[in-house]
Amino acid sequence: MANTGKAFIVSRGELQSLFDAVIARGFMPVGPIVRDGAIVYDELRHVQDLPEGWTEDQDAGTYRLKRRDDKALFGFNNGPHSWKQYLFPPRSKLWQGEKTEDGGFTVEEAEDTEKPFAFIGVRACDLHAIQVQDKVFMSDRHPDPLYAGRRGKALVIVVNCGQAATTCFCTSMNTGPRAQGGFDLALTEVLDGDDHYFVAEPGSTAGFSLLAEVPHTEADKDNVAAALECTARAEQQMGRKIDVSGVKELLYRNYDNERWDALEKRCLACGNCTMACPTCFCSKVEDVTDLTGDHAERWREWDSCFTMDFSYIHGGSVRPTTRSRYRQWLVHKLATWQDQFATSGCVGCGRCITWCPVGIDLTEEVRLIREREKD
Amino acid sequence: MTDKPKLAVWKFASCDGCQLSLLDCEDELLAVADHITIANFPEASRAVLDGPYDLSLVEGSITTPHDRDRIQEVRRQSKFLVTIGACATAGGIQALRNFTDVREFMDIVYASPEYISTLDTSTPISAHVNVDFELRGCPINKNQLLEVINAFLNERKPNVSPNSVCIECKKRGTVCIMVAHGTHCMGPVTQAGCGAICPAYNRGCYGCYGPMETPNTSSLAAWMHDLGVSADELRRMFRTYNSEAPEFRHEGDRHGRENI
Repeated sequence: MANTGKAFIVSRGELQSLFDAVIARGFMPVGPIVRDGAIVYDELRHVQDLPEGWTEDQDAGTYRLKRRDDKALFGFNNGPHSWKQYLFPPRSKLWQGEKTEDGGFTVEEAEDTEKPFAFIGVRACDLHAIQVQDKVFMSDRHPDPLYAGRRGKALVIVVNCGQAATTCFCTSMNTGPRAQGGFDLALTEVLDGDDHYFVAEPGSTAGFSLLAEVPHTEADKDNVAAALECTARAEQQMGRKIDVSGVKELLYRNYDNERWDALEKRCLACGNCTMACPTCFCSKVEDVTDLTGDHAERWREWDSCFTMDFSYIHGGSVRPTTRSRYRQWLVHKLATWQDQFATSGCVGCGRCITWCPVGIDLTEEVRLIREREKD
Repeated sequence: MTDKPKLAVWKFASCDGCQLSLLDCEDELLAVADHITIANFPEASRAVLDGPYDLSLVEGSITTPHDRDRIQEVRRQSKFLVTIGACATAGGIQALRNFTDVREFMDIVYASPEYISTLDTSTPISAHVNVDFELRGCPINKNQLLEVINAFLNERKPNVSPNSVCIECKKRGTVCIMVAHGTHCMGPVTQAGCGAICPAYNRGCYGCYGPMETPNTSSLAAWMHDLGVSADELRRMFRTYNSEAPEFRHEGDRHGRENI
């Protein structure tokens, strides 16, 4: 089933030893925890930190945490956070400079002092999102040192989805629910009566050697079938779909579709979708000085194509209307991204649908654009 | 040290909270004083130097005939005039008088209303004189105030973003309380700058920083209406510290013209 052709069983009771092995290797494990009424990502130390017995209801503009009737550790779908906050932090110092006596200035590059991250519980769609951002930040010509440094050292432990939210559409984007590769270790959580175990598939030498430190057995045919059944169930539950056939050409043909006018009325231009999106990568750079002007720093911060400053050039913003900014976002995500990076910018995680304060749904918008074109 | 720029701080109708933000810059205050002469700041010092002033920070709104004249003199004395806070920038909470009959209130509150000299409205400084920069907030954020002074001293544009509070929430990793809890929040239509404090403590944004650059108030109000927020509540949400800001005024009015 895995690209390695090897599957193993790690029992629920032995999962802590996986955490211990990760920590012993000097990684900072980050993954899902319950906080402030949602499942967010933060530092993990113990299996008890995981959202045991929690899940959520999601729909356009709404998310509600709720109890499960079992003790699944990963029985939920994507929350408000994504892994980009670790690889491409919201705010980071690029360099600082000091004025020198001869009228020049020194430049000191900022150092990244974070420990290497171990991402625990990466979903297949989010693994694709990381790979999409790899193309942005790790191109041969312009690699980003902070991103490339963190990404190169990061350990990726996937957890395949055993369920889908109503906002999920990874099957449409061909990104899930089962991760096919690009991870160090992939787990599928199986709950079968009193049986609670993980089917583990190493995807790299690091994954194999990590698993070697965790008590495990070889998976039998039934275990493998149970794991496949989990992701098949998620596929069945997929709450949304999007027809992406010829979507690039569709959007290029429809710069004047009437749906953009409807979005002008509805979209808040608040930027939530771009912040929640695991592939959105835009940033701005700000220079700050101290009161003397002798010390200056250059900082990079997340930015959004929904702000006026984003497209500001001398004389004004290039995209002054919300209509033009929403169109820029959607057309980039689904169409121009393909020309730019040879991949879609959307992985079907559904975050932009759930975390839009007024519930704008891009799958619905694409459907309506397609429909209106025919009229 | 005569070549240091001269700073003046002026008070109009306000609570003093914004100018106190400058005194609240405890760690940075001495450094500020090293680079700027605090020439006229009665809240901080009785020593007052004559104008003109290089930088004037103006707090408060215009609510009396006396202040209406005084702001003209302040402008004349100021090379660079920055309003600080919701009162000076949008009329403040006292602009709620703009929705009522001030004379009626005076009759109720004061034994001898004839001694009171006041205007019917509370208006922002920009309704009276040219303003070079408006710093939002109720109260302002001291870091943003330092940034404005800093930018002034270094002759650069202040890094003050006019985008939504949502962007600040997301950057600090706050779970959206509107989506996850159903809490009513003004964040999507409100300008950032406070650091998105309230949502981090599970409270909806009150809109202290006034309308963001392109606020879609009608869409947010329609969504909240569908969530069960009444017209009265919606009107009150838009009529708080920035009720006279045009976009908030317009949206508040859409939900009934009742007083306040």
